Amino acid sequence: MTLDMLPIGRSARIVAVDWSALVQEEARRLRALGLEEGARIAVSHRGILGGRDPIAITVGRMTVAVRRAHAAAMEVEEL
Amino acid sequence: MSRQRKIALVGNPNAGKSALFNALTGARQKIANYPGVTVERKSGRFVLPTGEPVEMTDLPGAYGLDFTSPDEEVTAKVIAGMFPGEAAPDVLVVVLDASNLEQHLVFAQELLALGKPTVVALNMVDLAERDGLVLDAAVLAEELGVPVIPTVAVRRRGLAELGEAIASAGERHAGPALTDLGATERRVAAHAMASAAVLSESKSHRLHASLDKVLLNPWAGPLVLLAVLFVVFQAVFAWAAPFQDGIETGVGALHDAVQGALPESLLRDLLTEGVISGVGSVIVFLPQIIILFAFILAMEASGYMARAAFLMDRMMASVGLSGRSFIPLLSSFACAIPGIMATRSITDPKDRLTTILIAPLMTCSARLPVYAVIIAAFIPNTNVWAGIGLQGLVLLALYIAGVVGAMGVALLLRRTVAKGGASGFIMEMPKYQMPRLKDMAIGLWQRAWIFLRRAGTVIFTVTVVLWIMLSFPKAGPGENQVDASIAGKVANGLAVIVAPIGFDRDMALALIPAMAAREVAVSSLATTYAVAAGDDEEEQAAELGDQIKARWTLPMALAFLAWFVFAPQCMSTIAVVRRETNGWKWASFMLLYLFGLAYLAAGATYWIAVAAGL
Repeated sequence: MTLDMLPIGRSARIVAVDWSALVQEEARRLRALGLEEGARIAVSHRGILGGRDPIAITVGRMTVAVRRAHAAAMEVEEL
Repeated sequence: MSRQRKIALVGNPNAGKSALFNALTGARQKIANYPGVTVERKSGRFVLPTGEPVEMTDLPGAYGLDFTSPDEEVTAKVIAGMFPGEAAPDVLVVVLDASNLEQHLVFAQELLALGKPTVVALNMVDLAERDGLVLDAAVLAEELGVPVIPTVAVRRRGLAELGEAIASAGERHAGPALTDLGATERRVAAHAMASAAVLSESKSHRLHASLDKVLLNPWAGPLVLLAVLFVVFQAVFAWAAPFQDGIETGVGALHDAVQGALPESLLRDLLTEGVISGVGSVIVFLPQIIILFAFILAMEASGYMARAAFLMDRMMASVGLSGRSFIPLLSSFACAIPGIMATRSITDPKDRLTTILIAPLMTCSARLPVYAVIIAAFIPNTNVWAGIGLQGLVLLALYIAGVVGAMGVALLLRRTVAKGGASGFIMEMPKYQMPRLKDMAIGLWQRAWIFLRRAGTVIFTVTVVLWIMLSFPKAGPGENQVDASIAGKVANGLAVIVAPIGFDRDMALALIPAMAAREVAVSSLATTYAVAAGDDEEEQAAELGDQIKARWTLPMALAFLAWFVFAPQCMSTIAVVRRETNGWKWASFMLLYLFGLAYLAAGATYWIAVAAGL
């Protein structure tokens, strides 16, 4: 399952990230915010309109907003 | 000791490394570039408590030794002693952000696996504590096997202890428990260590989650945002009015004082008609700008702005922008100048350029006086429905026309001149906190000062140039000064160009001084129609309204309104765009496309209105 499919409130761990699908600069920012392999995350909120984009993700004590396209590049495993 | 020992500060970006470096080395710093790369090398002298002087370097922030950027490459190579001409550091000081311990411990473990003498600085513990997170440095030290010193770089807390720890940092051996780990295991270990080090965690975290539940709720969130924006706009236009009246009175008094104090001369005219009236007409917007920025700063400091950006992101994405553009565009409703300066926070260069280019389409407060006069003169004050008047609706339509225009232009730009990969939106949502009054006051002062400095330089210059254009050459007897002036001649030429969109010569003439600031169009029309300028603003506006009504047709008035929705009638904005984009290229592009758009919009409005028999 990819992160964009994870239901709100469910915890998961990122098991793989397709870094090549992301712009390098954005890949770096995601890593900077701890969104990389091994991170325990949960989806806390989603946007209102079409595609429910963007997605607010809780990672550690932080909440990070990303686009669905970023989340789709991340394979997660529910905990 | 044969040579000075080297100490290196290393850690993730945003760990507060530079602040710690500044606190440790003070003014004794050397900043240069690493040879061959554009990466800054910062080093300084630090004296250990033992009296031993050491060389301290602040290595570029990195996420790991497995480098992907020039910054990270420098860090990895310097630590490994593989950077040409750079000796390997003798002691590593690993800097961790206490609030983001779990993340920062991943890189820390990788560094510890190197087996070098190491000290850990648990930095920004005060921020973590304010956030309700109390950490036990001793537990962390035991887990990591190296000294862990809590520090607050900006308050110089823990610096002496850090110095002692560096002085006594000895040789150590990294066991297989550190060296055999892969990235995922390190992440798991980081989580375990960070959890073990937590002494207490207060409810502030939960408060933050429950606030988000409402403010980011798909239904309640947008309603709250709408309500907030309504209050902001209400405040900007209602609360600022008495202050603006006060400034106008003050400018008027100064004008009269100078008029009375100096003998009639060119210098007096320059001072009163050029400098005081011109600069004064812009200073009048200071109250609105301050009120708007008070709200924006409060929204930023409280953490709500990131939520607003989150809610607006989808809408912005539909025209190729991101939620980050929301803040600058919101500012532009008061004045495009602070809005354009606020685009610096947009990381993507194409996003930023697009936002700069559409910012002037947000209806700034300088358009209001123009709208007010024309609407009052031509739109009947009838009640459409339940207290909503036709005049108000027309005003709202003008605002919407600007926003819709901006969206369309953004869409077009992102597909043409500002083409690039879909811009992303990655943003940390900061924790909610009460804005600190002192920080707000400093921020407001900085904004007000920037604006005033602009009024004193660019706006001043433009005003003087326009005054000269309007005052020379001097009119002969029986000739109107405006007709004789350079500006009048230009207006004659301009009238030919704007005739197809329904403008007459007087309207063309009003457009010239309005290049300094849009609202000058009103006073310019007033001058041209030789209205006796009374002291009472409203009376003056009403009189001007009657004059306009007698001379213009309704299609002409509507075309004039449409023109002001789009036209870049503001030299200061153009000047700011030139500075922010480093050249005339985009400033001229903006000037051309906005005039083109204004011409088309005014023309279309005029001919449709004529065809409709208005």
